Amino acid sequence: MRIEVAGENSLIIYFGETTAPEISAQVQQASKTLTAALGDLIIDQVTSYASLLLIFDPLAIDQFKVRKIIHECLNNDNAVASENTASSTQPIVELPVYYSEESGPELNLISQNSGLSIDEIIEIHQSLSYRVYAIGFAPGFAFLGQVDERIASPRLSTPRLKVPRGAVGIADRQTAIYPDVSPGGWNLIGLCPTRMFDPGSTPHMPVTVGDEVRFKSISKDEFDALGGVIGDYQ
Amino acid sequence: MSTSSNNEHTKVNSVTSGFTVIQPGILTLLQDAGRFGKHNIGLTNGGPLDKLSFDWANRLLDNDPNACVIEASIGGLALESQINTQIAITGGDAEFTINQKPVASWQTHSVKVGDKIAFGFAKNATRHYLAVKGGFQVEAMFGSCATVVREKLGGLNGSALKAGDALPCLVNTNQNTAQYKVSVSDQPNYSGDITLRVVLGYQQNTFSHVDKARFLNSNFVISDKCDRMGFRLTGPEIKSELHTKSGGMLSEGICYGAIQVPADGQPIVLLNDRQTIGGYPKIGSVFSLDIPKLTQRLPGANIYFEAITIDEAQRQLHLAHYRYQKTQILSIK
Repeated sequence: MRIEVAGENSLIIYFGETTAPEISAQVQQASKTLTAALGDLIIDQVTSYASLLLIFDPLAIDQFKVRKIIHECLNNDNAVASENTASSTQPIVELPVYYSEESGPELNLISQNSGLSIDEIIEIHQSLSYRVYAIGFAPGFAFLGQVDERIASPRLSTPRLKVPRGAVGIADRQTAIYPDVSPGGWNLIGLCPTRMFDPGSTPHMPVTVGDEVRFKSISKDEFDALGGVIGDYQ
Repeated sequence: MSTSSNNEHTKVNSVTSGFTVIQPGILTLLQDAGRFGKHNIGLTNGGPLDKLSFDWANRLLDNDPNACVIEASIGGLALESQINTQIAITGGDAEFTINQKPVASWQTHSVKVGDKIAFGFAKNATRHYLAVKGGFQVEAMFGSCATVVREKLGGLNGSALKAGDALPCLVNTNQNTAQYKVSVSDQPNYSGDITLRVVLGYQQNTFSHVDKARFLNSNFVISDKCDRMGFRLTGPEIKSELHTKSGGMLSEGICYGAIQVPADGQPIVLLNDRQTIGGYPKIGSVFSLDIPKLTQRLPGANIYFEAITIDEAQRQLHLAHYRYQKTQILSIK
């Protein structure tokens, strides 16, 4: 564990420098423990792959006290987290995906670069379960990892101006679902009809950081029946 | 809902259509102090780009400090009042008129039904705040009515104000027409070159001593790529060893004011509508009290950076908070 200053009222705690379920589990555990210990003194926090950004109320507590609490809380924690890693306790959230050239314009590109057939790419993408490592970029955008190396693909050199809601993409070894229409440079392979961010419902997202996600291939008919819409790609 | 404070001199009751937008201006947004505690679902903060001017606008009217106000960037906003109430204007330097008659900023004004309220265009200081007695009454989303257009959240349907919008307000039955102002000596000065204090941090050790010295001793300029997400600056290239490391760095949380340096070496100060996580190296974060000096200004303004410690920053925050509490509001009549 390493603590760095981020800003006048923010400290960032690093638990490692790689994408790994054990490290992510430590970040999650630390977030829970520190939320309980600091309560309202925390204004906001960001859990990511291997770090926890803690933003505190600078008129109510100072960095020395926050650091002291971090050390007190997390020395015991690491043991707990490594016992409790990832796969053992997390629920698996299944998300349907309509994979096709119509809904996944980069399936062909990945096929050319990898030498795999489109069916193989689809099979590989849904063969693993993925951990939610971070949520950010846009409301409800969950970074999932890690995809099989054979289908890992660098971001598009020219990002799209418009990616439709529900688009499932791959960037390097990450995969994600665009919760809403936005610009984006990920390689698109399908569409998920499940709303990933809904301000009007509770919970607002079907997943949270630390969850395990599995994709399940569905047909066009099933996609339509689930309310899926093939939006604009630009 | 924003709540109005309980002032014994004031009686406010039901919500009504308070103002009609005749002309929305360049970028006019309803803002409260911001949306906090929602980074876990990817929501940014929003809120005023000039927190001090925002605070004064509400304080002049004895509003709740988190009450919803109008932030008018650059200018061009025109409103018609549907009620008799009081407003307060703070922030930028656009001419402000009531029924075509210029009136002073950094003070309260009474307006009555049919009055036309308008901003001209900023010359040097671009963010204007217009507060109304009791605050604009719009529904909070995720605990805040701060408008973040990129997220389609806050304000009226997550959008900037448009012509024809009706802005709900409390009916103000206050007959007290006393006006209040902030003395000139207590108003911030937004002219001249800008020195931003920086708390060094994050990946600062991946910038060489030479690059850090270059960052702290060079002149940067606000580029034309500046918006509520961030202000991109131009100046000498600042390099981090992470720029050439294969695989770069893992994405991580970005705090307010963080200075991100992408591979082109040109710093970006990340602001109210920033994305909450990102994977570019950061050299530190601008001290929040200095952010309005940046966000008020136009492309071309000169920027210098000066390092301060987190402890000095925290001490300055306490002093500024105390001074603000102690500053007297002046009565005009």
